[in-house]
Parts: sequence; C-alpha cells; structure tokens
Amino acid sequence: MNGVHDTGGMHGMGPIQYESNEPVFHEPWEARVFALNGAVRAWGKWTSDASRHAVERIPAPEYLRMSYYEQRLHALIELMVKSGLVTRAEVESGKLAPGSPKAVPALISGAVPGMVAKGKPASREVPVAPRFMVGQRVRARNIHPTGHTRLPTMKRGKLGTIHLHHGVYVFPDTNADSQDEKPQHLYSVWFAARELWGEQASERDAVYLDMWDDYLECA
Amino acid sequence: MRATEHDHDHQEVPSDLTLRVKALESLLVEKGLVDPAALDALIDTYEHKVGPRNGARVVARAWVDPAYKERLLTDATAAIGELGYTGGQGEHMIVVANGPRVHNLIVCTLCSCYPWPVLGLPPVWYKSAPYRSRAVIDPRGVLREFGLELPEDVEIRVWDSTAEVRYLVLPERPAGSEKLSEEELVALVTRDAMVGIAKVKLPQAGANL
Repeated sequence: MNGVHDTGGMHGMGPIQYESNEPVFHEPWEARVFALNGAVRAWGKWTSDASRHAVERIPAPEYLRMSYYEQRLHALIELMVKSGLVTRAEVESGKLAPGSPKAVPALISGAVPGMVAKGKPASREVPVAPRFMVGQRVRARNIHPTGHTRLPTMKRGKLGTIHLHHGVYVFPDTNADSQDEKPQHLYSVWFAARELWGEQASERDAVYLDMWDDYLECA
Repeated sequence: MRATEHDHDHQEVPSDLTLRVKALESLLVEKGLVDPAALDALIDTYEHKVGPRNGARVVARAWVDPAYKERLLTDATAAIGELGYTGGQGEHMIVVANGPRVHNLIVCTLCSCYPWPVLGLPPVWYKSAPYRSRAVIDPRGVLREFGLELPEDVEIRVWDSTAEVRYLVLPERPAGSEKLSEEELVALVTRDAMVGIAKVKLPQAGANL
C-alpha cells in the first residue's frame, strides 16, 4: 500500500532527535508491549509480515502521532482480535468473556533463550529458478499493490543493477495476509543515487535495496 | 539533528498507556495466552544481554584477525555465529566494510529493521520518520547532522533493509590503534559506527581507555 510508513525520500518529517545514552526502553509499558508482541507471536497465528502490515494499516494521521511502541500495541490488538485470540469486548473491558477457556502459554520463560537464539529464518530450500543474475540491469516494476509490500514507492520504475544474490526467501506481499510464502529469489539491487533523486544527488552515491523476483523486470 | 537528553516532544504519549498495557497483560495472563515470567525474560534479554557490545566484539575481531574478517565479509551470518551471536532479526546477516573511499549507512525506510543479535534494539532516532525519510535521499546531509562530514570523493552506500536480511557496518580501524588489544578495541566501537552515522575514534589524549 502507498502508505505514510513508506518514508524514503519524503521531506518535512522534522529534525532527527538524537539522545545520548538512550535507554533500551523509555517507559516500563514500552518494555511490556515489546515482550507481549514476542510472547503472543509464539502462538504462530500470524507472520512478521502480517505484523508490519498491521502497523501500516494504522490510519496515516494516527501513525504519525503515535510513538513506536504505541503503534506496536495497536497492531498487536488488531491481530489478536482478527485471529480470535481475544475479542474486542475483552480488550475494551479488560474482562474475560464468559465461558472463555484457559489456555497454556505458547512461550514459557525457560524457552525464551532458545527462541531468541534461534530466530525464524525467512530463507527456503525450494528449487525455483532465479529470474536474474548478478550484474544484470533491471527495472523496479511500476506496481501499486494495495496490500503489504516491501517495494518502496519512490523506487518504482527506476533502473538498477543486481548486486548480490541472497537466495530464495519468503515473499512478504503474499505472506502477510494469506500466509502464502510464494518463495522466490531475493537480490540486493544497486541504484545510483542520481537515478532515484536526479542531479541534486552525488554522482558517487548509491542506494541498495533488497528486492524479490516479483518486484523486478528486465531493463 | 537536535540533541536531547530525555526529550520526547516529538511524540505525544497518552498518559493512559501504562494502564492500558497493564490491563491487556492481565487479560492475556488470565486467558493463559502469555506467561508473565516469559515477558520478564524477553525484556531482560534485550535490556541486559543483547546489545551493541556484541557487534563491537565482531568488529574488533575482524580488525585483529584477517581470516575472520574475510569470513565475516563472505558469510556474515556464520562468522557472527562463531562468536555466539545468532537469532531473531539476525538470521540473515551481511556486513559491509567502510574504507578510505567508501562509507556505508544502514536504514529501514519502511519500518525499523535492525540487526538485533549484534546491536540490540534500535534507538528511537533510527525508528523515526526524520531519519528514515532522509537517509536515502540526503545521506550527506544526515551524516552532517550527526557531525560526520564526508569528502565529496567518498562514495556513500545506503543499505535500505527491505527484506529479512540485516546489515552491519564494519567501520575503519582508527589510525593510532595498532598497539591496542582486542579487548581495548571492543571498548572503542560504538553502535553509531556500526550503523554508519559515525566513525570509530581514539579516546581523547589524556583520557583513560
């Protein structure tokens, strides 16, 4: 979706606010939101792509007003309601629905170190043919999906060169909503800064983007 | 860039967030969906165990061990794993090396992707729209705001983390650090240098290392 989350190249977002000796969390509730996201994700009801999409779907004025962890809290609640882990009434009242069964947590504290150390690789060992080779000239497709996508708006239609081949990875556009992984080749693609931003950019500089086969066409 | 001590005037945090989050946590615990001890363990992991010190160890090792550096630049995930740093938001790592003519900068323009096993959780400025929007279109201006002026003949490579691949900058080893031990080098390497908004500097003369 062409959302306000797709910030690359925008003007008017204000100064960068650097904080010396910044704490990991500024408020205890931020730490709880971070941890709740991790613990509820262990239920496997949605993917990280779905989490990102839930943040992107926050209406633009709200997205810009909210702090980072407020956005994550909002997205977590939406995903829990959508997947049936909780009802909207439960969240609003803070009380269990009558007759609600008691579950056993998907993540217990003893399993945290293992989960953190293992992660969740997005690469897949499936035999699909790559559409492009390192060194090949490519064009970012001029497409405007209304759902989740990792193809930034300002890169669409631009010419680049395949710089690295990462391998086969889950495709976020389909994985976000339908959990259809549609594994395909992922590349790091080099774009000259001037191709993206015109003459005002340095002729030396470049932006590298990770892009899947479905985002690219032959140039 | 505006330096702040503990300043959040860019975000309006409603005062009821503490209560809302507490109520949500109680509900989820009551439903048996989360274990509060698991929440504590997750927070403790990223507040106390996983952070930029890990990345600093990777960088210092690469500075003192050319064979390690080569492995790091060809298969970063495995080389970082050699030091015990693996897992969530670092499953697929790429390390990009700075040099006299090349400077690398990491950003996630679409959200907040960041290499957790080596840097921990990202700072607010990295996740904020001002940095995300301008790092790609005006990297030289952004670096200048952070106090880093790069000569025109240095090529800036901006890495936008649009997939599950995570990037780490291998900064240049500062001149004059030849006699320092690996442990002393670790202490010099900052998070900012590994994101690419700063260089690694020797401590001021007279300061204790």
